[in-house]
Amino acid sequence: MVNYFFIRLIQSVLVMLVVAFVAFSLFNYVGDPVHNMVGQEASTEKREEIREKLGLNDPVHTQFLRFVGNAVKGEFGLSYQLRRPVSDLIAERLPATLELVFISALIAIVSGVVLGVYTGINRDGFLSNIILILSLFGVSLPTFVIGILFIYLFSVILGILPSFGRGEVVDLGFWNTGFLTLSGIKAIILPSITLSLFQMTYIIRLVRAEMMEILQTDYIKFARARGIEKNTINFKHALKNGLIPVITIAGINVGTLIAFSIITETVFQWPGMGFLFINAVHFVDIPIMSAYLIMVAFIFVMINFIVDITYYIIDPRIRIKEEVSPE
Amino acid sequence: MSFLEINNLDIQYKTRKETINASVDVTFNLERGEILGIVGESGSGKSTVANAIINLIDKPGKITNGSIKLDNIECCNNEKIIQTIRGKKIGFVFQDPQTSLNPLFKIKDQLIETIQTHLKLNYYDAKKRSIELLQEVGIENPEKRINEYPHQFSGGMRQRVVIALALCCEPDLIIADEPTTSLDVSIQFQILKLLKDLTVQRNLGVILITHDMGVIAETTNRVVVMRYGKIVEQGNTAEVLSNPQSSECKSLVMSVPPTNKKIERFKLISPEGGEITNKSSTLTNSIIQNWAVREISNEKLLDFKNITKIFDEQLFFRSKKEINKLKALDNVSFQIIEGESFGLVGESGSGKSTIAKIITSLIKPTSGEVFFEDLSLHNPKNIKIKNKYRGQIQMIFQDPYSSLNPRFKVKEIIAEPIKFLQKGIGNNAIQKNINDLIDIVGMTRQSLERYPHEFSGGQRQRISIARALATRPRLLICDEPTSALDVSIQAQILNLLKDLQEELNLTILFISHDLPVVRQMCDRIAVLRNGNLCEVEKTENLFNNPKHNYTKELLRLMPKIESIYS
Amino acid sequence: MISEVINKIINNDIGYSFVKSKIAVISTIVFLTILICSTFAELIAPYNPFDPVNVSLLDAFTPPVWVDGGSTNFVLGTDQQGRDMLSTIIYGSRISLIVGFASILFAMSLGTFLGVTSGFFGGRYEIIVMRFTDVQLTIPSILMALLVDGIARGFISKSLHNDMAIYVLIFAIGISEWPQFARVTRAATLVEKNKEYILASKIIGLSNFLIMFKHILPNILRPVLVIATIGLALAIITESTLSFLGVGVPPTTPSLGTLIRFGNDFLFSGEWWITFFPVIFLVVLALSINLLGDWMRDTLNPKLKTR
Repeated sequence: MVNYFFIRLIQSVLVMLVVAFVAFSLFNYVGDPVHNMVGQEASTEKREEIREKLGLNDPVHTQFLRFVGNAVKGEFGLSYQLRRPVSDLIAERLPATLELVFISALIAIVSGVVLGVYTGINRDGFLSNIILILSLFGVSLPTFVIGILFIYLFSVILGILPSFGRGEVVDLGFWNTGFLTLSGIKAIILPSITLSLFQMTYIIRLVRAEMMEILQTDYIKFARARGIEKNTINFKHALKNGLIPVITIAGINVGTLIAFSIITETVFQWPGMGFLFINAVHFVDIPIMSAYLIMVAFIFVMINFIVDITYYIIDPRIRIKEEVSPE
Repeated sequence: MSFLEINNLDIQYKTRKETINASVDVTFNLERGEILGIVGESGSGKSTVANAIINLIDKPGKITNGSIKLDNIECCNNEKIIQTIRGKKIGFVFQDPQTSLNPLFKIKDQLIETIQTHLKLNYYDAKKRSIELLQEVGIENPEKRINEYPHQFSGGMRQRVVIALALCCEPDLIIADEPTTSLDVSIQFQILKLLKDLTVQRNLGVILITHDMGVIAETTNRVVVMRYGKIVEQGNTAEVLSNPQSSECKSLVMSVPPTNKKIERFKLISPEGGEITNKSSTLTNSIIQNWAVREISNEKLLDFKNITKIFDEQLFFRSKKEINKLKALDNVSFQIIEGESFGLVGESGSGKSTIAKIITSLIKPTSGEVFFEDLSLHNPKNIKIKNKYRGQIQMIFQDPYSSLNPRFKVKEIIAEPIKFLQKGIGNNAIQKNINDLIDIVGMTRQSLERYPHEFSGGQRQRISIARALATRPRLLICDEPTSALDVSIQAQILNLLKDLQEELNLTILFISHDLPVVRQMCDRIAVLRNGNLCEVEKTENLFNNPKHNYTKELLRLMPKIESIYS
Repeated sequence: MISEVINKIINNDIGYSFVKSKIAVISTIVFLTILICSTFAELIAPYNPFDPVNVSLLDAFTPPVWVDGGSTNFVLGTDQQGRDMLSTIIYGSRISLIVGFASILFAMSLGTFLGVTSGFFGGRYEIIVMRFTDVQLTIPSILMALLVDGIARGFISKSLHNDMAIYVLIFAIGISEWPQFARVTRAATLVEKNKEYILASKIIGLSNFLIMFKHILPNILRPVLVIATIGLALAIITESTLSFLGVGVPPTTPSLGTLIRFGNDFLFSGEWWITFFPVIFLVVLALSINLLGDWMRDTLNPKLKTR
């Protein structure tokens, strides 16, 4: 058991180091950090001074270690464009993104699994076919299109939901939440549904495929031959086996949501990390880009790790090695 | 009135092209305390009939006519009634123990769930009963093992668990669909004995479906013989097998390799009644001329010397005990003389396929050498010379459905080795070669233009043989070439191999787990067990006077069709 | 001759399934129509909207022909600069399709090569490739494409970037899609590798390269085609998303995504058609490709056959 986790822990650390290296290279070699900080008029001496101060003349590995050390502490320097510490910017915006992603994940995973199981069990039913057709639409509609359409329908034509921003936000010290105000709740409805739609349809189709495949296996057939009730078979036997791939999907899903939040935040002008990142790409604001990179990689790695732990708990074949007893 | 009565059962599958009659007018009975065998080749409908009894036929199949009465209750096509019977009055055992059990649930849970579905027992009583059941089917230490998962049991043990599951609600009828086909001979013997004991102890009615005549002879009281959905003969097992009346049944019985003697060729009759001759009438003089058949020197062709093969790279991480487990071959040595037919016999995991792969250079041995005509095959210095010898060792395989590239036409498949090894050969020469080859294996010239999926298993094996012969090999390795074929087709292919060996002076290494087949095909036999060579002996000596204990066991346990005479 | 071919297609299982499935036929027709229109844009579009000669601000904000104020000159109306909507859409879809096809071809070649070789050779090579694939699969394509694009912007000067934008985009989207192909082809290769006809070829002494590309590759094409089709739809959507966000194709050669971005500003002020029509076109394009891919997946999947 220790083996299983140890290997994965090492892998995670390795991945983080690689990502850190990429971020570091971005920082040092894409564009000139000094140039970006002081502009064109500064004299050569001034530049040299700043180079010394920033430690840019040190050997690469020293710089890298310093970079990693800073990153662990949460220091990513100053944003080129906004001239504020990146860590502050992130701290301000992280809650917005995380709340959005959380609600969307909930919607996508829960409805995705439920509908996927339903369409998997009732393969040819009328309702199943409708759900499948709608899911096909979902996969063909880019997230930003859904966002625009929602805004048009609910804000412009019906006028019942806000089209941008987060509503009123309550400051809880290190976190600011939009869940505690009515306007905050209203504001999160459209963006979260928009964000979840693409993933939900993807999950529906995957879960359905899984269920259909499982229902054709021998052990399901044997369970039927033993007279086990249909509902028990569907929801106890098939579902438990179907859960395993669903967990991976759910894990990857959260990652995708974080990425797609970039789009949703842009369409709805939601003040989260994604919005920050897009602007950073536009203005080639390297500190923000590399900080975002590391944060996102960290979240992905964590999710992977949690998925691995869950696998371990659920699938006995991983937990208990095959022991063949003598005949 | 019988315990189980099946009358005029018709089952059809409607596909877009045609309607397939899986079963036509099937009628038979079963009494308690007897084992009824249903035997037939693939496509005969035996499994379909069994599935019909518990109403679990896969779509688009449908029961279109007939009656199924269990204890005088009509239950044909009636899902409501069958729901109450499944598991309670009828227990079903499927073929593959690997896939029959849900991998995520403990054995305990699967047993208790089944028991509580049909019997009103609380958890503790159900558990107690489960442990008793495991004891009854022969699983040691059941209190401990009941808490384990399916993957912790070996194949034979898993099948016992499956039988326990089928029995747990005290059914009166057990249907076993090829329950021992994927198990080794020794385990098969134990499982069949278990079934026989249970039949007597619990007064069950048992339907045993199989394609193996030996199993039928040793296990069943009565037998139903099916072909293409129809029953061609039924009756007392001993009578049907010793004195078959219908030509289909005769053809079937004649194809079974005898276990007690060696015969020259299988005397085959087609199911319609005529005799099938395959011999030299298809081999014309010109072919033999073209092939410049070699002289046999009666010298050592292959010398397999002290070969050990361990499958694992990170040896130093494992303990000695684990090294033994992964040792596929342990210091195996034997020789093959040119012109002889050498047999290699063993159960699964014995290392037979590994030997074949080492000889054909697909795998390198961990230690030891292989000499083909004094050339060491695995010596890296010999790589250039080795190319001269390519094509002199050829192989035909077990699975006819994966041994031919589905995207190539038959003529391309057979031509490929010729074109590759004889670069610069002209198209006319190639065509002539291909024509000769397809003639030799007894297939029409039109087959050359078709694709593999248009052919049956037996025909595909013939194409494989043609491909193997294309390079004029001196040593032909046959790795379980007929294990996946029906018994009558097997007999034809074995006849073909015998003929080819005679006409072309081939040396054959015949690998199989099936002792009767090996007896018919080989001059000398080597017996393998878990990577160790037990004995090497001339065929008749081995069968009449085995020296090694393992050989004696194997001979004792193999199902013999001749047992009906004893 | 032709009737022979047609007969063969109908008798072939797949061909029959295709002809019988109305959805497959309709989506193919729609897709082909869009494809042809955009390829021959110069011949089909009523105007070339990017030639300043044709464009006049006086025509700006003309609504579609069936609305008050519309004109038959501009069937679907004009945008804020007076360009004909129908034409901009046709030209725009061409860009979307070019980027889509090119990036999928790139991803397919790279992914298939890595997948087949890693599945065939195994060992450390396979482990390394698979690690890369795993890690990249957890990174969504949008993010990957954004990253590559962002890095490129840092390295290339702004003016050069405009010219190179399309290539950078194709590379970025291609890089984000290759793992799908690698994973599928590797799994399929692992299955084929152990089949006996491959062993037979090895025994004769065929080189590894020959075995991989002559024997294995033709037999694993089916799942690759399914993924390529669905991937094409995804690539088109990704491209339009990136263009919408402003980090895709340069505004001088707008794709459907760019057009939607242009029009977004006018959605609330009443000129709905500037966004609406590109949106519909994009959705129809993606939908038809997805339907086709869906049908392919169901037909070509051996596991889900009902006899």
